[in-house]
Amino acid sequence: MNRVVVTGLGCITPIGSSVDAFRESLFSGTTGIAPFATLPGAPESIPANLGLRFTHMAQVPDFDPKQLLESSVIAATDRTAQFGILAARQAAQQSAFSPHHAPDQTAVILGCSTGGRTTDETSVANLYTRDARVHPLSVVRTMSNGGAALISIEHHISGPVLTLSTACSSATHAIGLAFHMVRSGMVTAAIAGGHEAPLTFGFLRAWDSMRVVSPRGCRPFSADRDGMTLGEGAAMLTLETLDSALSRKAPIFAEIVGFGMTADAHHITQPAAEGAAAAMRKALQDGSVSPENVGYINAHGTGTQANDSTEAAAIHQVFGERAAHIPVSSTKSLHGHSIGATGALEALATILALHHGHLPATAGVTRSEVDPTLNLDVITGAPRDTIAEVALSNSLAFGGLNAVLAFRRYR
Amino acid sequence: MDSTAERCIDIIAKSKSLPVEDISLHKTFDELKIDSLDKINISFLVEEEFNIEIPDEALGTIRTVGDMVDGVDKLRDAKLPEAKPTA
Repeated sequence: MNRVVVTGLGCITPIGSSVDAFRESLFSGTTGIAPFATLPGAPESIPANLGLRFTHMAQVPDFDPKQLLESSVIAATDRTAQFGILAARQAAQQSAFSPHHAPDQTAVILGCSTGGRTTDETSVANLYTRDARVHPLSVVRTMSNGGAALISIEHHISGPVLTLSTACSSATHAIGLAFHMVRSGMVTAAIAGGHEAPLTFGFLRAWDSMRVVSPRGCRPFSADRDGMTLGEGAAMLTLETLDSALSRKAPIFAEIVGFGMTADAHHITQPAAEGAAAAMRKALQDGSVSPENVGYINAHGTGTQANDSTEAAAIHQVFGERAAHIPVSSTKSLHGHSIGATGALEALATILALHHGHLPATAGVTRSEVDPTLNLDVITGAPRDTIAEVALSNSLAFGGLNAVLAFRRYR
Repeated sequence: MDSTAERCIDIIAKSKSLPVEDISLHKTFDELKIDSLDKINISFLVEEEFNIEIPDEALGTIRTVGDMVDGVDKLRDAKLPEAKPTA
């Protein structure tokens, strides 16, 4: 089995459209959660406040594809794929991995849960209300695999190219699958991550109906937490074998050592602690990592009462008495919950935490506000310096689909 | 009212992020780096602008901006009601 390392990073997020900017925001606790600006592509007829109970989202600011992408790429894509393509370009450029791996031994494995929503909603709204023409490239703009396909075309990758859809766990599942593929030797390198641009009128109204969105911004693990915050963005990693990275003196940001995936088999929206605990255990077993070595958990931490309580219970099931002493934070307090892309943004945050030796804090929550019944060591205020060797990143999706990655600091 | 040519050139300029001055009737789509996906996109925008339908076979024959403008004018003319002969 190969050891698998991360040699390139890229992102387009509400807290930075470069990894440097993302890292700055991560460690300074600068959140991208704000009262929402207008929705890209929104029709003029919808009310200015969108008729929602919540006012805050995490949007990628000032994104102008015309400044960043070729016209033919823009013609064939929705905002979601545009995020993915740009993040993948950053990662590929940083790692310069491509010439060193056979095209058919390279994979693109991405998470994307909602596909090209802006295109879908505006096309269908215009069609239903005024029998408007549908753009001939609507099919390729809306299909969830559009991003992965265009990335494979741009980087001449002819191995396995997939897009996974498992709601909030999509990108974690994607990175985990890519990790297993490189580890087993099925491929020697991969671009892995996620992209999502779901912030459309219909999507927001649908989430509003579920009454799980915080009116003014998520406050994970706080006693009076009142829901999640929706977001958008993309993050991409390049994965390759350690041997390949060393032989060409590539930058190495972290090693991926384990991946665990389970299903709760319980409820379509309510999580079960046992399922999440099992996924964490599997990630540790997969990496032959002792629970004693885990020095940080990047939680799923959406900020709903249900998730945070259940996730805390799961952490206690896995780590026993140590659970109250393992630093935990939710970076969703900074970048929001971008559904299919979130796992990739959190993988990036976790990798940067290990690489730089700082653990990001849960923004917007003070120490005294942390829910004591959870009995967790939630990082608040300033980031913490760390010598943690291993970190877990949890994703616990609707439908009870759990995915956990285990990263090890690389020295 | 801008001419057909002015309106077509405007669409191409916006679609390709080019200055209008760089687009003239004799320029070929190749010279303007309009590839197949650009062409599909521009054709859709032209159809919307003039409320016409460009037949697939016509798309294949367009080489220059002038070809497109001529084609649009023909399609627009074809939609006009026939003039009744005077008594």
